Amino acid sequence: MSLTGLFLISFLIIHVCINACIFNDLFYPEDDGDMFNRAAHFMATSMVVRTLEYGLFIGFIIHIIQGYVLEAKNLSRRGKGYKINLANKGSKWYSRTMGLLGTLLLLFLIMHISHFWVPSRITGLEEVEGKNYHNLFILMVDVFHNPVIVVLYVLGCISLAYHLLHGFQSAFRTLGMHNTRYIGMIKGIGTAFSIIVPFVFALMPISIYMDWIGRN
Amino acid sequence: MDHSNISLTLEVWRQESASANGKFVTYKVDDVSPEMSFLEMFDVLNERLIREGQDPIAFDHDCREGICGSCSMHINGRPHGPWHATTVCQLHMRAFKNGDTIVVEPWRAKSFPVIKDLMVDRSAFDRIIQAGGYVSVNTGNVNGVDANAIPVEKDKADTAFAAATCIGCGACVAACKNSSAMLFMSAKVSHLALLPQGAPERKDRVLNMVAQMDKEGFGSCTFTGACEAVCPKEISITNISRLNKEYLNAGMTVDKR
Ligand code: HEM
Ligand code: SF4
Ligand code: FES
Repeated sequence: MSLTGLFLISFLIIHVCINACIFNDLFYPEDDGDMFNRAAHFMATSMVVRTLEYGLFIGFIIHIIQGYVLEAKNLSRRGKGYKINLANKGSKWYSRTMGLLGTLLLLFLIMHISHFWVPSRITGLEEVEGKNYHNLFILMVDVFHNPVIVVLYVLGCISLAYHLLHGFQSAFRTLGMHNTRYIGMIKGIGTAFSIIVPFVFALMPISIYMDWIGRN
Repeated sequence: MDHSNISLTLEVWRQESASANGKFVTYKVDDVSPEMSFLEMFDVLNERLIREGQDPIAFDHDCREGICGSCSMHINGRPHGPWHATTVCQLHMRAFKNGDTIVVEPWRAKSFPVIKDLMVDRSAFDRIIQAGGYVSVNTGNVNGVDANAIPVEKDKADTAFAAATCIGCGACVAACKNSSAMLFMSAKVSHLALLPQGAPERKDRVLNMVAQMDKEGFGSCTFTGACEAVCPKEISITNISRLNKEYLNAGMTVDKR
């Protein structure tokens, strides 16, 4: 759980950095997402990255299976429940709802893969004029002009933020980090990560929908 | 402070035996002194029930000074009741107001089956301790070595001592959404892993105790922090990280098996 979770976190870092290339458009509107398209092209064609992609799929699948097995086992341990629960008096709501947050992420992931990964890798996409690579940027601009999809993406990012707010620090403690100074540091880094990364992700559909980028 | 006696309504879980179906029964208790402990309030109620020819409410208790870990009541949604770092036996009735309704339930976990009313069977903890919560060096002054003759770093001694204050009450299991016994386990493992006397069995201890804990059917820790919030002895959740480290280390480097 912790190892796959941390692996997925490392993927998020790369994912957010590459996608953030679309913000190049803010400074060079004539770029038309070319920087992003080139980065995505590299990710799609490099053998190393394609191999890592299998690892990523396996990582997701193991994490999801472990998560549901853990959740089901833990839920079965109580037997009869309490009339009055400890609820928020003992822990944060998002620490207790990792399974639900993970399920929201799973639904988001399915939608997200069908939006971008499927057209880019399976069903095919138009290429950038005069270049031999896909115009993923145009696809992004298309998809994010639907307000319903923008709202779903923002909700997905919020679920991710809460999932990470618990998961980031928990993963380190699961692996045995017990020095209180380091735990404090990891909690700080984890909180910053859980806010910044989903925020940058959420900014993408928002800025496209608001026509801050990709307007020509 | 107001010292006048108060009247309360109790909703208490009554269950004839392990196999019987239980239910909540409501009792009015009047003239409760705020200086009474929560258990003394139950004593007064039980004396009345006995006088009336009814079955008194069964509950666990022994030392009544917060050191034995027998008392175990889930009061208004919190193990050991509303006071921080306090066992039920040391919870006083001044924690409540005149006219309050108090819901009292037993610890709930499949590994802690109800014996009767508010009493649960916590022998799973005993079996975990038997699996490894001991040291085999001789202690005492006659055949053993005086513990104080072995130097121990102050920080380690303090942390070990803090972990050793766990009284095995099971509130951590009762509070955890996963019914995990990891806070208890981690207190026992940390206590002995930090001291030189515990070194000979260090790896076997953690492996055997964790195996026994899993066999008893406790859930897994997901670090929600509920255990630490209710522990009457303020056992720190960082002990669980230490337990994880001890377990990983023992699993990877133990010499036999
Ligand atoms: C796609 C669907 C996902 C599902 C169904 C899912 C489910 C879960 C569940 C059930 C848990 C553990 C429950 C708990 O600790 O209470 C968990 C923990 C965790 N998840 Fe996810 N998750 C998903 C996606 C992600 C993603 C995208 C990331 C990071 C990028 C992530 C990172 C983590 C981390 C770091 C932990 C904590 C591990 C630990 O406590 O040792 N998860 N996940
Ligand atoms: S860790 Fe705290 S709550 Fe758990 S058994 Fe020990 S004293 Fe009780
Ligand atoms: S009766 Fe001993 S701790 Fe409460």
